[in-house]
Amino acid sequence: MAFDPSADYPIGTERPDLVQTPGGLALDELTLDALRSGRLDASEMRATAQTLELQAQVALAAGRLQLAANLERAAELTDVPDEVVLEIYTALRPHRSTAEELESWAERLENDFGAAKTAAFVREAGAVYAKRSLIHADDPAV
Amino acid sequence: MTQRSRRFAERERRELRREVLITPQPDLGLVAMNGPNDPQPGLKVEQGRVVWLDGRSEAEFDAIDHFIASHGLDLDVATEAMALDDAELARRLVDVNVSREELVRLGRGLTPARLARVVSLLDPVEMMFALKKLRARRAPANQAHVTNLKENPALLAADAAEAAARGFAEIETTVGVSRYAPLNAMAILVGSQTGRPGVLTQCAIEERRSLQLAIQGITTYAETLSVYGTEPVFVDGDDTPWSKGFLASAYASRGIKVRFTSGGGSEALMGHAGGCSMLYLEARCLALARAAGSQGVQNGAISCVALVMSVPAGSREILAENLLAAWLDLEVASGNDAIASHSPTRRAAKLMGQFLPGTDFVTSGWSVMPRYDNMFGGGNYDADDIDEWLTMQRDWQVDGGIEPLSESQTVRVRERAARAIQTVFAAFDFPAITDEEVEAATYALDSRDLPDRDRAADVAAADRVLAEGISGLDVARELDRHAFTEVAEAIVSMQRQRVSGDYLQTSAIIGPTGTVEAAVNDPNRYSGPGTGYRLDGERWERLQHLPHELDASTLDETTDAQPAVVVEKHVAMIGNDPDDVVIALGPAFAGELRTTIGGLAHHDVLEALIAGVRDAGAVPRLVRVRRASDVAFIGHDGAAIAGSRVAIGIQSKGTTVIHRADLQPLDNLELFGMAPSLTLESYRAIGRNAGGYALKQRVGPVPTVMDNFARAKLIVRTTLLHARETAAITQGAPAVELELVASEGTSRTARV
Repeated sequence: MAFDPSADYPIGTERPDLVQTPGGLALDELTLDALRSGRLDASEMRATAQTLELQAQVALAAGRLQLAANLERAAELTDVPDEVVLEIYTALRPHRSTAEELESWAERLENDFGAAKTAAFVREAGAVYAKRSLIHADDPAV
Repeated sequence: MTQRSRRFAERERRELRREVLITPQPDLGLVAMNGPNDPQPGLKVEQGRVVWLDGRSEAEFDAIDHFIASHGLDLDVATEAMALDDAELARRLVDVNVSREELVRLGRGLTPARLARVVSLLDPVEMMFALKKLRARRAPANQAHVTNLKENPALLAADAAEAAARGFAEIETTVGVSRYAPLNAMAILVGSQTGRPGVLTQCAIEERRSLQLAIQGITTYAETLSVYGTEPVFVDGDDTPWSKGFLASAYASRGIKVRFTSGGGSEALMGHAGGCSMLYLEARCLALARAAGSQGVQNGAISCVALVMSVPAGSREILAENLLAAWLDLEVASGNDAIASHSPTRRAAKLMGQFLPGTDFVTSGWSVMPRYDNMFGGGNYDADDIDEWLTMQRDWQVDGGIEPLSESQTVRVRERAARAIQTVFAAFDFPAITDEEVEAATYALDSRDLPDRDRAADVAAADRVLAEGISGLDVARELDRHAFTEVAEAIVSMQRQRVSGDYLQTSAIIGPTGTVEAAVNDPNRYSGPGTGYRLDGERWERLQHLPHELDASTLDETTDAQPAVVVEKHVAMIGNDPDDVVIALGPAFAGELRTTIGGLAHHDVLEALIAGVRDAGAVPRLVRVRRASDVAFIGHDGAAIAGSRVAIGIQSKGTTVIHRADLQPLDNLELFGMAPSLTLESYRAIGRNAGGYALKQRVGPVPTVMDNFARAKLIVRTTLLHARETAAITQGAPAVELELVASEGTSRTARV
């Protein structure tokens, strides 16, 4: 049955068939019994990119364009390792990166993780940082 | 001024006067709304690109303008929305026939300056009405703060459990020492899920650590993403709109609910308000938060509340902030967490702006523990205020998101949670939580009641949580192994929620049945009386019945098996002797009822009155008036048959009058309405005065004590006693003469 973003929320209760863990476990398999028998791992207990895309569709259907865009970027980031996520966050803080460094993060997001929307977001930051003296070279303390 | 008014001097000593109120200083951003430097609202779009925004051309945009211009405006609706004049938009906000949906649609096309200007046209009641209409989720909820100065895990777990059992939908903790964070977060996870499955939890710490705890499944939401309305303050906060926006996506990618934080006054406090008003800068923050795709915000001055309230219209500005956030379709956790004022009156008055309309979270942190242990800077409302809050909900029939809980229920859930975290600590070989700590955590006032822990050992354990990647699932596994199956099940359910990501939608909380309730599936569709969220049915039953509420029927004293105080003799005659003073009793006096509201036995009261009349040299005569329960008529009827024409009238509750037959019934010689403060000595003096009036002596009024709170304290009992007096009336029956039974076994069964 096709996903109806206007009617199938909460997905966990309305359309559990569409939700899986990264390792392919169904939602109803995530139980205490499964934990007891060693079938659950902490790394499994997170939303996949597909699930976040469904959530983005729900947000969009409710007229929440920006929340949807955020969830789409989130979907892209599911496959980006924690350390890399934190590095990119740091790189986006004021006066941390040169324009080239931000561009190379954008390329990496695009090429290594297929994260085109997040890459565009980082590129946009780079352009504004250059105008607003927020790139590394502009740090008055440096 | 050489001589001070003592009234002015007295007022200066009140708590309120510790606070500084200032005249607006717009250049420093110390102005609530409509600052002289706020830009003219304006928007120009060329070929789908914003080239002019609120007084600035694209070339002059700062980073915030760029971000809002790129992400924050719905250009399809902007032309239509910006063309409406301010007054028309303001009218639509309070027009019950204009739907939330329509207002949200228009709001997407309005610039920050425009948004601020429109809401500033509303008065407080209009703002409250608009906020009620615009809240995203149908039902309001509340968030709790749980911390303690010793960072004791058993106490954290117990407090979190109590918060959850009281119905808080979210619980936030923080740390004194940042390395404690993993343990504190774990304690409130275990505690919250013991109290009520489904409560979301967070630990307010530095972003990297916060994200790490979330990744390990120990926390489920974050609201530490602060944003500011001017670029210099943003940069001083070591962030940009893009870094915060990226972080929001990062949290969501790990299944963490996120809300941004902003609030009026922060830019002024941090020295870069750019001469703009608090409301305009907050409008920029909110436009930015929505542009970044945050599902919601914590706003309404937040930690700067006292600064905003130092300027004229401060409370109104704060309410306007909350309203703007709701208009922008954001979840609103509406402040009321930091101490707004020293004055409880002023705190409550400010609160009403959010409490009466209801917001997604009426407070963004209600201190479940006493203020002493609140590490978020005090707590505007804390454990000591719980009965006040519950009573206000009951008074207004308004749902403020906190449920009554009996002492025994509370103790039970606290103990269970403290035991659960004790078990978890033992299972991971963390420093032991002793039985003594469990007991102290269960019954404590605050952390001073708990033994000190080895803090070095605790932080070493906290480090292990991160180093070994101990997860929410690991915690659940250990709880399950040690007979805390229901808590383990609740924690696994929270992990399952992370997998489905449903609580990432706007205003999501997890309801009592484990289902996510959000603006998507449980939207606020208020459209006039009888629609939207009403506190009624089962929920109203639950909130109105407070543990200390009394069943009115139990307030009545019983008169079973008490010896008679008076016996009736015959219909009362009209006296002839000039020294004849009648003591006229109400229909239930010394019969159905036996004590006054002040707890005096009727027998003793009668003896005092009789002795007093005799002191004056007059002769007392006891009579029961059966046809009236009002003290004036009891007294007047008595006077009509007294040989002296003077009588004392007394009701069962103890209210007394000295009357004279020639006066109008509602007039009197002396009236003693303050029954609770009358003593046997007072009654004797009343008797003496009545005798004095009868014998035409010079009489000074009986001194009485004023207790201005007696009415508030006793009006319910007064009403119930008077109802019994009235029930004892025999219509049209003449007064009867009585005889006082000899003193034996006079009882004081007073309940007052």
